[in-house]
Amino acid sequence: MGVSDLKSKHVPLKEMSYEPKELFRGYTDRVLHINLDNNSVNIKNVSPQMKEKFIGGKGYGLRLLWDATKPETKWNDNENEIVISPGPICGITQYAGAGKSLVVSISPITDIVIDSNVGGYFGPFLKFSGFDALELQGKAKNDVIIVIDGVKNTVTIEEAPAEEIDSHILAEQLTEMYSDSPEPRDMKNISVISAGHAADHTMIGMLNFSWYDIKRKKCRLKQAGRGGIGTVFRDKKIKAVVVKAAGVTQDPNHVADMEPIRERGARFAREMKELDPHQCRMKQEGTAHLVNIMNDYNLLPTHNFKFGSHKDADALHSRVWNKKFTQGMNDGCWIGCTMNCAKAVDDFVLKSGPYKGQAVIVDGPEYETAAGVGSNMGIFDADTVIELNFYCDTYGIDTISFGTMTAFAMECFENGLITKEHTGGMDLSFGNIESALELIHQMARGEGFGKIVGLGVRGMKKYFHEHFDADMNFMNDIGMENKGLEYSQYVSKESLAQQGGYAMTNKGPQHDEAWLIFMDMVNNHIPTFENKAEALHYFPMFRTWFGLMGLCKLPWNDVEPENNAETDEPAKVPEHVDNYVTIYNAVTGSNIDKAEMIRQSERVYNFQRTFNIRRGYGLRKHDAQPYRAAGPVTVEEYKSMEEFYDRKMKEDIGVDPAGKSVGEKIAITRKYREDRYEQLLDAVYLRRGWTSNGVPKIEHMKDLGMDLPEVIEVLSKHQ
Amino acid sequence: MDTVTVNGNVIAWKEGMTVRNVLDEMKYSFRLLIIKVNGGIVKRENWDDFSVPKNADIKVIHLMSGG
Ligand code: SF4
Repeated sequence: MGVSDLKSKHVPLKEMSYEPKELFRGYTDRVLHINLDNNSVNIKNVSPQMKEKFIGGKGYGLRLLWDATKPETKWNDNENEIVISPGPICGITQYAGAGKSLVVSISPITDIVIDSNVGGYFGPFLKFSGFDALELQGKAKNDVIIVIDGVKNTVTIEEAPAEEIDSHILAEQLTEMYSDSPEPRDMKNISVISAGHAADHTMIGMLNFSWYDIKRKKCRLKQAGRGGIGTVFRDKKIKAVVVKAAGVTQDPNHVADMEPIRERGARFAREMKELDPHQCRMKQEGTAHLVNIMNDYNLLPTHNFKFGSHKDADALHSRVWNKKFTQGMNDGCWIGCTMNCAKAVDDFVLKSGPYKGQAVIVDGPEYETAAGVGSNMGIFDADTVIELNFYCDTYGIDTISFGTMTAFAMECFENGLITKEHTGGMDLSFGNIESALELIHQMARGEGFGKIVGLGVRGMKKYFHEHFDADMNFMNDIGMENKGLEYSQYVSKESLAQQGGYAMTNKGPQHDEAWLIFMDMVNNHIPTFENKAEALHYFPMFRTWFGLMGLCKLPWNDVEPENNAETDEPAKVPEHVDNYVTIYNAVTGSNIDKAEMIRQSERVYNFQRTFNIRRGYGLRKHDAQPYRAAGPVTVEEYKSMEEFYDRKMKEDIGVDPAGKSVGEKIAITRKYREDRYEQLLDAVYLRRGWTSNGVPKIEHMKDLGMDLPEVIEVLSKHQ
Repeated sequence: MDTVTVNGNVIAWKEGMTVRNVLDEMKYSFRLLIIKVNGGIVKRENWDDFSVPKNADIKVIHLMSGG
């Protein structure tokens, strides 16, 4: 069916015209609120207090979601929202990585707030259309498409029964449908948010944000992957949200002072040109350059995080990705990103599923995907990784969770906790490519064992225990989830700081708050609890700031200025931090310094912790980690590095391993490591201004200027 | 046996050992590194030629990337 036929089937439910509003210094000071229960469309003004305390991006998302929900709101209640907010710097084109949106919602797998950052053109176009944030609330009766037309200044809600659900087709259909013409110059003014069939049937649905690649003449997709926001989206019966912009001018944000932004942008572009080829090769390999490096440092999860390296890992080596990715393209997921790391595999011919035999473009794989659907599932085959990457994306599910969940199910299978009787006859041994592909197609069809795996690790543990009488203690040890979210793809066993970097996060174990493994484990730079606590204060706060601004984290430290080594604190990349402070001030006309930058983040970070507490979470017990994240659970694991663990026992614990059975040695190691983690919690809570139960102290919130009455009301019950 | 210390790990020193040899020995394949030998920075362009003296204290500082 052509797009005009598809469109002819639309049933208009609402059309609203609005007054255009230009951006001023990065803000429109307006929020677009849509409620699908009654198809209402409203524009709210942002209060000066909200702007001052919450800044934008994730901050706005949290503020709006708090106001829209009650403490007991569930993910699939009508009042739950998906809030998309780009942040004040988002949309500039003179500095790399300035096109991100932050998406927040109550998560179906964690029951707390999830936040996910994503590229693509939607965030900038939303701002250019006159809004700093979009709130999606309520549920439609039938599938709808929401269109924000920033050219005509209208918002429409239309029932849309005929378009495809899967993203690689839907994004193309809608881009063509709402573009003024099929010419690339017009197609590039459309961005689409969509999910896919598996988001309908699993708890790990994600959102694709598109942009039109004028060289390839195809839609590209970037993912808001974590925490099941795509599941919420489809539960609301939203098929897609489309935004249309008039185009991109030199200064759509109407910044306070463009010159410093240009100057820093040019300086960064020079670094990329001159240094990236000798440093991370982001422009050629994206984050996939990390696979073999992680393998070399024993950090690449293989077989459900049992091991950190594998003899076959060369099959997923950066050399392989370098060849698979189309080279020589400007692969930026927003205009002006000179890092250009959004790599793609072109003309990949699918071997399975409903699109078998078709040649498609696959966005990625990124490192997390290669490790998640590759090594962690025992799959050392690049083409299978690409195929799983494609289907995760188009079906609308998160590659990281899919990898960690499937790896968990595989280990349960290999240990006899589940059998072929439970899996519908599937052999779920590690490395079984056929079964991995079948699982993902089952998720899209909403049937079979795939639907059970789609519950997530926490859901599977409960299901396997209740239905198959599987051993809960063992599953708690090997099930790589914390707060209900699946771990992202780094082995944290030998880095205590990273264990905190994962399990002490607000949303669950995603590495975007802190990645401290090298600093801790390899450089031995943060040996004491106090050192680790300082790192677990600074880096999560610093990295939160990207999410307030609409910025990508990668240009901060995936290329480094030539003289970075000679600076006081090279791990912080001081020159790039200074770029960000300068750009923020130049966009908004403010005059902050790098200390205020951290305080901006601290306010929002502590608000998010308070949000979790308000919902009955966010306490010390919720920062507990599965033992697999901290040390060897099984005899096989211990034996794989017996010499190392024995030496550690002698040196660190002061116990002679001679004459002890492996079981005894596992128990001794475990007791020591679990105790160290508790000591880490104490040190970090102290540094962050929290009680020993992990609750922000009221005096600390006062000090931050975040003693809002609703915050104090929640915290005062826990002081 | 003559040795050098690399990030706190003691490894054997060999005649003519360069910074590059140390990186290979330690399997340090990451590229965002700052290397100091007895407190002095050794620039990337000299890694192949710079000989490390016996008993040297070598710091191979890995910066962060990814994610
Ligand atoms: S660095 Fe990569 S992910 Fe970040 S904005 Fe640029 S292209 Fe997108």
